[in-house]
Amino acid sequence: MKAEQVLASFKKRFKLKEARIDNVMHRANRKSAVPRIWIEIGREEFKEAVGHLCELHPMPHFAVASGYQIGEIIELIYHFSLNYGKPQGEICIGIKTKLEKGNASIPTITGLVPGALISEREIQEMLGVKVEGIPDSRRLFLPKNFPKKVYPWRRDETGPNKIVRNMHKGEKK
Amino acid sequence: MSEGKTFKIAVGPVHPALKEPVQLNCEIEGEQVKHVDIELSQVHRSIEWIGTRRNPVQVVFLAEKICGICNICHTLCFCEAVESIAGIEVPARAHYIRTIAAELERIHSHILWAGVAAHELGFDSVMHYTWKLREKVLDTTEYLTGNRIGKAIVTIGGTKRDIEEKQFGKIREACNYYRQNFSRLRDIFLKDPIIKARARDIGILRRDDALSLCAVGPTARASGVKKDVRQDEAYAAYPDLDVKAITPKELLGEIRGDVYDRIAVRLLEVLQSVELIEKCLKQMPEGKIAYESKLAKVLSDVKQLKGEAIGRHEAPRGEVFHYLKMVGEETPYSWKVRAPTYNNILSWIPMLKGAQIADIPIVAASIDPCMSCTNRAAIADGKELGNEKLHRLSVEKTRSLKKGPGSERGNCN
Repeated sequence: MKAEQVLASFKKRFKLKEARIDNVMHRANRKSAVPRIWIEIGREEFKEAVGHLCELHPMPHFAVASGYQIGEIIELIYHFSLNYGKPQGEICIGIKTKLEKGNASIPTITGLVPGALISEREIQEMLGVKVEGIPDSRRLFLPKNFPKKVYPWRRDETGPNKIVRNMHKGEKK
Repeated sequence: MSEGKTFKIAVGPVHPALKEPVQLNCEIEGEQVKHVDIELSQVHRSIEWIGTRRNPVQVVFLAEKICGICNICHTLCFCEAVESIAGIEVPARAHYIRTIAAELERIHSHILWAGVAAHELGFDSVMHYTWKLREKVLDTTEYLTGNRIGKAIVTIGGTKRDIEEKQFGKIREACNYYRQNFSRLRDIFLKDPIIKARARDIGILRRDDALSLCAVGPTARASGVKKDVRQDEAYAAYPDLDVKAITPKELLGEIRGDVYDRIAVRLLEVLQSVELIEKCLKQMPEGKIAYESKLAKVLSDVKQLKGEAIGRHEAPRGEVFHYLKMVGEETPYSWKVRAPTYNNILSWIPMLKGAQIADIPIVAASIDPCMSCTNRAAIADGKELGNEKLHRLSVEKTRSLKKGPGSERGNCN
């Protein structure tokens, strides 16, 4: 399956808010480019989209979920790849979804991809996104004494800025 | 002891048999591990946060400090992401130099790991032997880059240093050294009855578990999953080199997914890296080593980018993944670093279930964990060394060093 076909199959089934293929040329011989698919999907259809990916490939490789907050929106990107194991055939796909900051939640995908647990625990503690149905909702990377309701990946008042001490600005008197 | 009664023991974060700061809370029945719970958060250093306060050229230096051993991997991924956003064309020669550096790193990492594995098994003479072998690759790295570990050779748009024709001799010499010593290393690790007894059928990761838990690198390949970014995506010089993902089948004829298989895969990969370096030296094209040699020009090209991209690389431990988003500011808006251990941690649970207490260290070590990569905030709520004190201490230390050996060293109390 080629990247265009993967994108077409998504377009056919879902209403995509954004759909593009970036062709990255990072090979010494410059004979062919590596396709990277980026799609954006509504929160309601997100889990179904991951399910669709599992139909295209029995077990898509889940790399990681990244995320950030811009204004009132939290954007999550789940990075997957298909067709691993085929020489020069792997296709990376980033599935984006936008959530409202005040009430950010996303369904768990651990039922489809069990390896996503670490990432889900991470976005929960780092971005304050509630993962519905997560099998293990404890903190993972943040220490136990880290203040509650501070989310290191955010840039607003709930971000880590208040607790940061800049050592180059001298000692606290 | 009565049947069914379990105890909890914690292995780590500081444990003589586990060198990485991670805590494995094991539920034990008799000698057998019933359940494992993993606690990270021991060395979170906020690298990503620091990265979003620096411009891309500065982040290259930061990325190199994420992990000592994987210093090429993270820089390469970050540079790849920046190059994708900016549309920078990396010269072919630079791709070859990057590949050679990455493969030297793999040889170093795998041999270092082999020594650690031998140590975890209580076989310290083998540890010293393998680490003696490792010296050669460190010397070669020092010869090429000036440093034994931190290579500082990858930069945005190419490499900082060239590998010249006259230097090829020493690299070939190192390749020959590893070829000659490979059979001995293989015999020690794969034929020794004690290693066999401690590693065969221990810490099994089944193929379907490796797939569903998204394991990467030698951990996945030892379970028969042919995942290798060098083969699947073939970036840099790899498409010209015909890389094939290595499974234990090639050497042992079968795949069991145990510790022994993981040893075999890493040993084979040392040999594979030697072959790849030799091929690179043979095929290396002429040309520039970077699209732009002036750093100020590079900075002006990359500091107001808009867009997002990912960078991927097959590190010695598996796939490294970086996500970068720039929104027209000097600094990245979002930077996500995902090291291979992050994906391999969950594999510990099926590996350790049913294992003996004595096997915990070698099973834990068998994925070659790297916690500094995986965790990346230090909250110091105790003794803190402030800026002034640190500065004073370093001035004292420098002065005492200048006085020459034997003089009183800086006092850190």
